[in-house]
Parts: sequence; structure tokens; C-alpha cells
Amino acid sequence: MADEILSTIDYKPPRRRWLDTPVEFRRGTWCYGAKAKSLEAVGLPNPREWSPDQEDWKLPPNWREILLEGLRERLERFRSLRLFMDTCVRCGACADKCHYYIGSGDPKNMPVLRAELLRAVYRKNFTLAGRIMGEFVGARELTQDVLKEWFYYFFQCSECRRCSVFCPFGIDTAELTMIARELLNLVGCNIDWIAGPVANCYRTGNHLGLEPHAFKDMVDFCVDELEEVTGVRVEPTFNRKGAEVLFIAPSGDVFADPGMYTFMGYLLVFHEVGLDYTLSTYASEGGNFGLFTSHEMMKRLNAKMYAEAERLGVKWILGGECGHMWRVVHQYMDTMNGPADFLEEPVSPVTGTKFDHAKSTKMVHIAEFTADLIRHGKLKLDPGRNDHLRVTFHDSCNPARAMGLLEEPRYIIRSVCRHFHEMPENTIREQTFCCGSGAGLNADENMEIRLRGGFPRANAVRYVREKYGVNALACLCAIDRAVLPPLMEYWVPGVDVYGVHELVGNALVLKGEKERTTDLRGEPLDRTDDDEDL
Amino acid sequence: MGIRVSLFAVLALILVAYVGVALLGLELLFGVIMPYAAMAAFLAGLVYHVIKWARSPVPFRIPTTCGQQRALPWIKASEVDNPSTAVSAAARVALEALLFRSLLRNTKAELADGSLAYRWEKWLWLGGLLFHWSLLVIVLRHLRFFTEPVPGFVNLLRDLDGFLHVNLQVLYITDIVILLAVTYLFLRRVVIPQVRYISLPGDYFPLFLILSIALSGILMAHFIRVDVVAVKELAMGLVTFSPTVPEGIGAIFYIHLFLVSVLLAYFPSSKLIHMVGIFLSPTRNLPNDSRRRRHVNPWNYPVDVHTYEEYEDEFREKMKKADIPVERY
Repeated sequence: MADEILSTIDYKPPRRRWLDTPVEFRRGTWCYGAKAKSLEAVGLPNPREWSPDQEDWKLPPNWREILLEGLRERLERFRSLRLFMDTCVRCGACADKCHYYIGSGDPKNMPVLRAELLRAVYRKNFTLAGRIMGEFVGARELTQDVLKEWFYYFFQCSECRRCSVFCPFGIDTAELTMIARELLNLVGCNIDWIAGPVANCYRTGNHLGLEPHAFKDMVDFCVDELEEVTGVRVEPTFNRKGAEVLFIAPSGDVFADPGMYTFMGYLLVFHEVGLDYTLSTYASEGGNFGLFTSHEMMKRLNAKMYAEAERLGVKWILGGECGHMWRVVHQYMDTMNGPADFLEEPVSPVTGTKFDHAKSTKMVHIAEFTADLIRHGKLKLDPGRNDHLRVTFHDSCNPARAMGLLEEPRYIIRSVCRHFHEMPENTIREQTFCCGSGAGLNADENMEIRLRGGFPRANAVRYVREKYGVNALACLCAIDRAVLPPLMEYWVPGVDVYGVHELVGNALVLKGEKERTTDLRGEPLDRTDDDEDL
Repeated sequence: MGIRVSLFAVLALILVAYVGVALLGLELLFGVIMPYAAMAAFLAGLVYHVIKWARSPVPFRIPTTCGQQRALPWIKASEVDNPSTAVSAAARVALEALLFRSLLRNTKAELADGSLAYRWEKWLWLGGLLFHWSLLVIVLRHLRFFTEPVPGFVNLLRDLDGFLHVNLQVLYITDIVILLAVTYLFLRRVVIPQVRYISLPGDYFPLFLILSIALSGILMAHFIRVDVVAVKELAMGLVTFSPTVPEGIGAIFYIHLFLVSVLLAYFPSSKLIHMVGIFLSPTRNLPNDSRRRRHVNPWNYPVDVHTYEEYEDEFREKMKKADIPVERY
């Protein structure tokens, strides 16, 4: 089955120049266009019914002026954009660093060409050389074909920033993709897998559109399940004023298998250390599909976090395991919606550790929080309860390359598991490969490109599966938890996907718990006492 | 197409200089006016670009982190690849500019029998590094034409670079290295299919130009000798703004000088501007401290949000039924 995809990968570029090769919307590689109601819900321009594979995209008559004016405005707002337009030398170091290129062989998935799609239009309209010399200096007019190419390829980039690690000038395709998508949104050309969650999140507080009572129901379901496995009833609270900490997780963790087991892990840790925390139904989403729409939409959705923290009067915010959520929290939130001077510098009430590194943003990652707990001996752990799992760890793109959260999760995993094997070094830490479905591309209709983009990650998992018998892929991101299972099923059957805090939940010995016979999923434990490999 | 056009452009430039000097006697144009104009264009272009870039703010702190963050005190941070202070970020940029650190990470992905492997591929790093360092040493060596007395470090550099003697003549290591490195950079552009596919005329042209400059310089030093004293007189005239055109320098020198002039004038409006851009890249030159210190966006503007009040108004009854606290009953 995997051969179907592998046999079609050809890295030899076509004979025809890329400038003369129009894009072809082949099923399985693109996402449905944004529905009118999704755009209307948040007041985005040009709501209409349309489909990318049809000839007429129903653009506004002055679409070209809108885009060029939008580009000019963004050149003035973002030094990154100006620099990345001017400084690329086309050395090609980025070419085979992109998971979509590796998995598809499509030359326009080389980061350099993805960026050239934008650069060519920039040169034509904003540089003297481009105006005069045209194609000779790689400049071209903005036509509808070019616009379609933008849509196709900028919604075939997961903003993972892997190419940016290897670029000698630090050119960050994620930045260019973000800005290109922002431009496309000016004329209503988003995908519905992003626009829909954005509309949901704006109104209900989370991407899934869970209304407050439904959100609470889902959490209560987790609480019941936990009681069955552990005999202990945890008691999370909702929208509670005066709590010390506001906890915000990606909503995928509350809603979907296997993310909910990770959520159960959070609840167990908080219960065991007696954390005075509350959940919020208003700020019930850590993720932010606004990031995949525009800087402005990112800000509009993110505003709920600080607003809710202020309303509830908490001291600081704790954030769950999520990838792009942490890109927003770590690199954008304080700048966009701060200063959060109504909050206090985060201090762990259990260990007294001052989280000095988060003293301005006042939001701590749960891996930092839990690693600190373990380091101070505040959690009683029985790693043997994870012996049925041979674990490897997938660094999520954003915590790795937009934060540097590398050792905290590893420290936790080593403390709660006895069988842990790293994937090859070119595929982890800052060089980690994307799941292939990030940045809002985790729809069903583009499954082929997701499987292609996920191939490099899967290939590394297969390596440790064959070498060490790995059967558990741990990760730190809700989108990973949603998209890696089908990826594994396709490329590496027999590997299940776990959140780091699910593994913690398995190993955590609670005061007053009953003897555990299964893990949080209900799978029987299989202790292998004399055999430890970390 | 890009290759041929670029090659012909450089050959045409050589011809122009030769005809201009050897046949038309335009030494003043090629020896004084062109170099001044080129230098002016170079400086103005650089200033223009730097101002253009500097006028666009850096709204968000977006370093690409390539190592462990500084957070919990007992976890060792990777200060260079994930700088937590401005000083570490400066060190990171310095290592990028001097040693091409990111390029040193380069590998080559290969797909064989359904498996990916990442092969050793440091040739681009090595070729690029040798090319840039040779160019720097060569430019510094040339200071001996523009200074009187010649500073000690220039002479030292010259002695070190020229410790090899062939037939009683100094043979500069950097001359050999730059020829090899530029040739390599050209060949990889032609031979590697992906790199060839992405290459523009603007990628070939500077390679041919620099190769021609190096070749004309080497020709002058070893084969078509020119009057070095006269060359220095012309150079000193240029830098002291009292230009003179000494007799009998030879056309090869004017070809060399004209190609350098073209390179200077061409520099700012081309990809060569990466020389300056590398220092400004916000993914490299900012510390990863955005949770510790607030980064300010000068154009941050208020946006429409869905307030808690609006949210509660819509869901109040459902919240009350589910025992979720509300503000207003």
C-alpha cells in the first residue's frame, strides 16, 4: 500500500520551467475552500460559495490591486518579509529539508521555490530590476494562475520552520506562508478546515465549537473514566473565580481519542499535587487557527486567554501540550495582547520554583511544570506501569523550533517509562520532521499530501520500530495526536500515539488509588522488571 | 538560458573595456569615472537597502530556535543555538557570518528501497566558506594599492597568503582557492538538477563576473605584467580624490578594474546584498526571551474580539443548567 506513494516520488525536476508550469488541482492534495458562513462569522472579506478546482474563483473585480496593496503594506510592517524577499541566494540547502518535497518530489515544494512564488511577484512590482528586466531576473506578473499557485502551495506548507534551521540566512518559510495566507484571506481564499475552526473558536471559545455545557460534559466523561481506572475521583472546576492558576489545553485533548488520555494525565497530576486551578469554557482552546489565517485573526482569538485570566483573577496561566499554541503563546501573545500586568510572575505552588523565564508572559508550559515537580520529588512514579510501551518521542515543530522545549519532555518520559529510544538525530529536536498535517492542513480531503508529508517522520519511526520494537510514539501536540495515528497506520502499522502526560498519568501513583490493572486506555499492564533501556 | 545570457553579458563587458581602452583610449572613463560612479552606486545602494529594511519594524520576536531553551535552571541551555541574551544572539550571528554555521548542518536526503537516509553533505558549506574567505583576504590584500604606508596587517596577510613561490614568483593560495571554489559553485548549479531548476540568470552572472575578475587579476600578476607602480599611482589618486591616469598601465588592468566596477554597481540591487542581510535576519539575531521580556510591536492595533459578556449572553441558560458559574443571573 505504501508503495503506491513511494513509487510516484521522483526528485528529478520536469523539463518545463517552473514559471511556465501552472498548478493542477488534483484530488487528495488540496483542501476545500472556505465556506461563506465561516468567513462571515468573523467578518472576513469575500464570503461566497466556491471551489479551488473550478475555473472561476469568484474573486472581487479589483483582486489584483487588493493583493498588491496588501503586499506593500506587509513589506512596510515586517522586516522579515523585506529581507526574505531580497536575500535568498538560491543555494538550494533548503530543498530536501521540506517533508512535503521529500514526500512528493514536486519542485515547488522546495522551500526556495515556494518562496520564489511570492518573490517573483515582489520583484515585478516592488523592484526596479524586476520592472525593467522581468523574467530575466525572476519577476512575473500577478495573474489568476499565480494566485492559484499561491493557494495551492501556501496551503501545502505546514509552517514547521525546518527549512529555516538549515538556511544560511535564516529565511523562514513559515513567515512567508503566514503572510501569503494573510494576503489570500484578503480576497476570501482560505481553506475551510481553517476558516471553520476559526469561526467556531471565535464564538464558542474552541475550534470544535463545543458549547460550555458540552465542554464540561467531555471533561466529566474523562473524570468518570479516570475513576474507573484509578479509583480516585478528580474534581476539576470550570470558570471558577479566585483560582490560583488558569489551565488552558488544546480542545482536541478534551474531545478526541487519543488526546483525551493526555487530558486525563493533566487532571491526575493536578489532583495529586493539589493544584488550585480552574478550566475555562470561554478560553477553552489552547490552539489558534488564527495563526494560519492572519496575524490579526491570531490576535483576535488569542485575546481570550488574558481576558479570561483577568476576569477570573488567577495569578498565572498554565498551558497544555500543543504545538502551534505554544508558537503563539511563546512568540506572539505578550506582544499582541500584553502586558499582562494583572497577573503575577508564575511560581509553582508545589515546589516554590519561580518560572523566571515566563515572568513577562506569565504562562508556563505543562512540561516545564511537571518536569519541575518530578525533579523535586513531588510525584510518586511507577514507570513499570508503562513497560508495555516501547517509546520514542516526536518533537513537535513549534516547541522545538520556536521555543526550544527539548529536554523537559525527555526528562519526563525517562522518569515515567523504562523503554525509551530516540529516533535518528537528523529527525528529532531542532531537525524534527513535521507530522505532515500541521498549520491547519489536517483535513480529510488532502489525505494524500498528508501521507506524503508525513513520510519522513514515519520513516524514522519505522527505523526505531524495526531496531528496538518501538510501539509507542509520544508527542507533545494535539494535532500530532489527531494526525499521527492514520499516518502510522499507513506507514508503520503497530505504533500507537501517546501524549507525554498520558504516560505520566499511567505511571503516577495517586494517594488512595486502587491497584491498577490497566493503563488509562484500558490496556493491560505488562511489567518487565529486569529489563530497562533508556 | 540563464547560463548563456550571463556568460555573454560578462564577455561583452570585457570587450567593452578592451575596446574602450585599447582602441578608443578612454583610460579616464574606465580608470576614474567608472570606478567613482560604481563606488557611489555601491554605497548609495547599500545605504538605500539598509534604510529600506530598517524602516520596516520587527513586530514579533521570531527566532528559529535550534537548541535547548533556557528555562528550568537544572536543564543546560544551548546558548548559541537558542540565545537567551542579546550577547548570545550576537555570537550566533557572528558564527553565521564567519563560519556559516547553519549551512554546516546540511545533509542530503536520499530515498532508496523505500527508506530515507541523510547523507553527509558539507561540500556546499566548504565551497561557500572557502570562496567567501578567499574573497575577503584578496580584498584586504588589495589595500596595499590604496594605502601609503601599507599597514602591517596587509603585508602580513600578503606574506602568509603568498608563502608559496613558483618560478621565483609569489603564488597566492587564495587566488587558487577562489578559482576552484567559484568553479565548484558554478558546477553544482549546473550538475545538481534541483539547483539548476531553481537558478536564475542572476545566480550565474555574479559567478562569471567574479571568476573573470579573479582570472584577469591572476593574468596580470603572472602572465601579462602591468606596471605596478603606475597602478598604485592611479589607485592612490582615486582614494585621495586627486585622480590621475598614469601612462602605459595596459588594457588587462582596465578590464579588471571595469569588471570590479560592474560588480560594485550591481551588488546592492542583486542577491549579493545577502552580505548585509545576514546580520538583520530576525530568526537569527534576536534572543529567544519573548516570555521573559515583552517585545513591543510598534504597529500593534486594537482588534475586534468576542468578549466574555457576549459569550455569556449567548450561553447563559446552558451554563446555568450545567452548574458553570455566570456573572449575571
